[in-house]
Amino acid sequence: MQERHPLKGEAITKELLRPLNQTPMIFWVAVIILGGILTAFAFAVGWMFYWGLGTTGLNTPIFWGFMITNFVFWIGISHAGVMISAILRLTQAEWRRPVTRAAEVMTIFSLLTAMLFPFLHTGRPWRTVYWVFPYDFDRGIWPDPRGPLVWDPAAVFTYLTGSTLFLYTTLIPDMALLRDRSTGWRKTLYTILALGWRGNERQWKLQLVAGILLSALILPVFVSVHSIVSWDFAVSLIPVWHASIFAPYFVIGAVHSGVSAVITLMALMRWLFGFHNYLREEHFDSIGRLLVVVATGWMWFFVLDIIFAMFTRDPRELVVMEQRIFEWPYAMLLAFVFVFAYIIPVPVWMFQRFRRNIKIMFWTSLMVNVGMWAERYWLILPGLERKFEFTFMWSWYRPSIVELTLVFGSFALVTFLLLLFSKIFPPVAVWEEMEGVNFAQDIQVGKRTVHATIREE
Amino acid sequence: MSARWGMVIDLDRCTGCQACVVACQAENNIPINTEDIFHQRRAIEWIRVERYWEGEYPNVKARYIPIPCMHCAQAPCESVCPVYATYQTNQGINMQIYNRCIGTRYCAVNCPWHVRFFNYWEPKWPESLKHQLNPHVSVRSRGVMEKCTFCVQRIVRTEQQAQVDGREVQDGEFTTACAQACPTDAIVFGDLDDPESRVGQMAADTDRGYQLLSGLGTDPAVLYLKKIDPDAPEENGHY
Repeated sequence: MQERHPLKGEAITKELLRPLNQTPMIFWVAVIILGGILTAFAFAVGWMFYWGLGTTGLNTPIFWGFMITNFVFWIGISHAGVMISAILRLTQAEWRRPVTRAAEVMTIFSLLTAMLFPFLHTGRPWRTVYWVFPYDFDRGIWPDPRGPLVWDPAAVFTYLTGSTLFLYTTLIPDMALLRDRSTGWRKTLYTILALGWRGNERQWKLQLVAGILLSALILPVFVSVHSIVSWDFAVSLIPVWHASIFAPYFVIGAVHSGVSAVITLMALMRWLFGFHNYLREEHFDSIGRLLVVVATGWMWFFVLDIIFAMFTRDPRELVVMEQRIFEWPYAMLLAFVFVFAYIIPVPVWMFQRFRRNIKIMFWTSLMVNVGMWAERYWLILPGLERKFEFTFMWSWYRPSIVELTLVFGSFALVTFLLLLFSKIFPPVAVWEEMEGVNFAQDIQVGKRTVHATIREE
Repeated sequence: MSARWGMVIDLDRCTGCQACVVACQAENNIPINTEDIFHQRRAIEWIRVERYWEGEYPNVKARYIPIPCMHCAQAPCESVCPVYATYQTNQGINMQIYNRCIGTRYCAVNCPWHVRFFNYWEPKWPESLKHQLNPHVSVRSRGVMEKCTFCVQRIVRTEQQAQVDGREVQDGEFTTACAQACPTDAIVFGDLDDPESRVGQMAADTDRGYQLLSGLGTDPAVLYLKKIDPDAPEENGHY
């Protein structure tokens, strides 16, 4: 049951479309700062292309570092979109309405950013596109489907296509709304994007069916994407990577970080666009409750991963596990992951008082993602440092300034794209909100009348 | 010609002199491993000599083991390359195609022996060394993986000569640079499939043979012969 203030239709439309028409000073400040970081990002990419991967901190046994960690992290964030919109849509959770659009957009932008990294990370990026996606069929030389590095782009691009279609399906009614209310280039753009939407019954039915079908079809992809990303590691021979638990473990970790990122985004949108009437405390409350479950599931797999390593009693695996858990700096990092991604946020989320406090939700959700980034690093790096018993080749890793710029740049890139999106498309789905209003009714609870939705049909 | 090229490395003969490393460096146009490169931990050594300690104090002994590419029959590096830049030849050599390589470095990540190397920088040679580059071996650019090839250029040259002469390749007609340079003859190269060859006989006759990390099931083509240690306690295998 969702309580809500009774809102008038026209007021909703006006308020939700406000970010498109008004540009507060803070927007320009953000654009300038993010633009600055993005310039540094572009410069770092150029520098790395020109001089080669020698400019990174990678060395001989540690061939993968910050860039791969960042790739896994952003793929993880992208899992929020489907988690929020598809699953909650199919389970008819009413509180999803104001969140779906933002979550879906974040999915797409974080997927694009994530895909940038394996590409930048290769030794000769200018060849990567050609060889992994060959268009010259006459040669008869194909990518090798035995390896996870071919499964990976296939899975991610399927997910990207599915999510983009899904987002677009939910955008069409809003595009028509904007078409009818805008002039100039915006009108032209929205007219094209609205695909002749008139809002008649047949169109609504088709849109609904398409939405439900796409959410159902994306679900298996959602599970498979991060499973396949985990197989990038799990199918290798490296001790501690070579674990069958990696697939579900990565998926639940992705949901944990992704849904937390949605909270961060919700809090930011509420502050920046003043959506107090739409992103209400009860939404933070519901998503917080969801996160308690997800976080605990993630912690369960986290512990299982360690237990499984002990269970096999493979000495090579135990050596790396020991290094990860007891030796500097990984012991420190492990404590950091534990505290940031679980020990602080979850007890906080247990209290409704805190779940309904936007500031606390913002900071705890941000913490989770700092912790989850560290978790990916903690999972990936130690396995490489002491891979097998050839001690002459053991090494350590220190990221270079180029890699740090790339990582910070990726955060700036996603934020920048989200900001741009909110200038052209409504960041909260207007039609979904209106639909929610239509489903709401006055319900008598004892002596009080509550304007609320019990369940949509 | 059909063959499975392989190596027998007798650790009882190895003195850890590093001649094999230098010979390989010269034969295969490997960039100079300067002090700076070593500090970056990006040195390229297609064959390296690892030193390890055996025994408890005060009976500690330094041991040496040269480690080239194992040229596994079931190589873990091959199946993870998305573009088939690394593959198995029909003579059992695990080969790297530099032109196809895009530098994902997954092959190196998945190699338990650490015998695959990445060109982090464009290779450079001092002016005085430019003319010593081997014309039979391609110079690799930055961004690609490279590794031991069992001196494939020597194999090809010998095979071609044999074809011109209208005869079979003889055992011992050629050898790899590391085996050629080894002063104690610890490294022997040849056709493992040929029971008459020197490596074939050594592999068949010895009771000291073992493969590195054989438990992984990759079937390496490099056979090590265990060190003979008269001081070793019985339970550790006394020869």
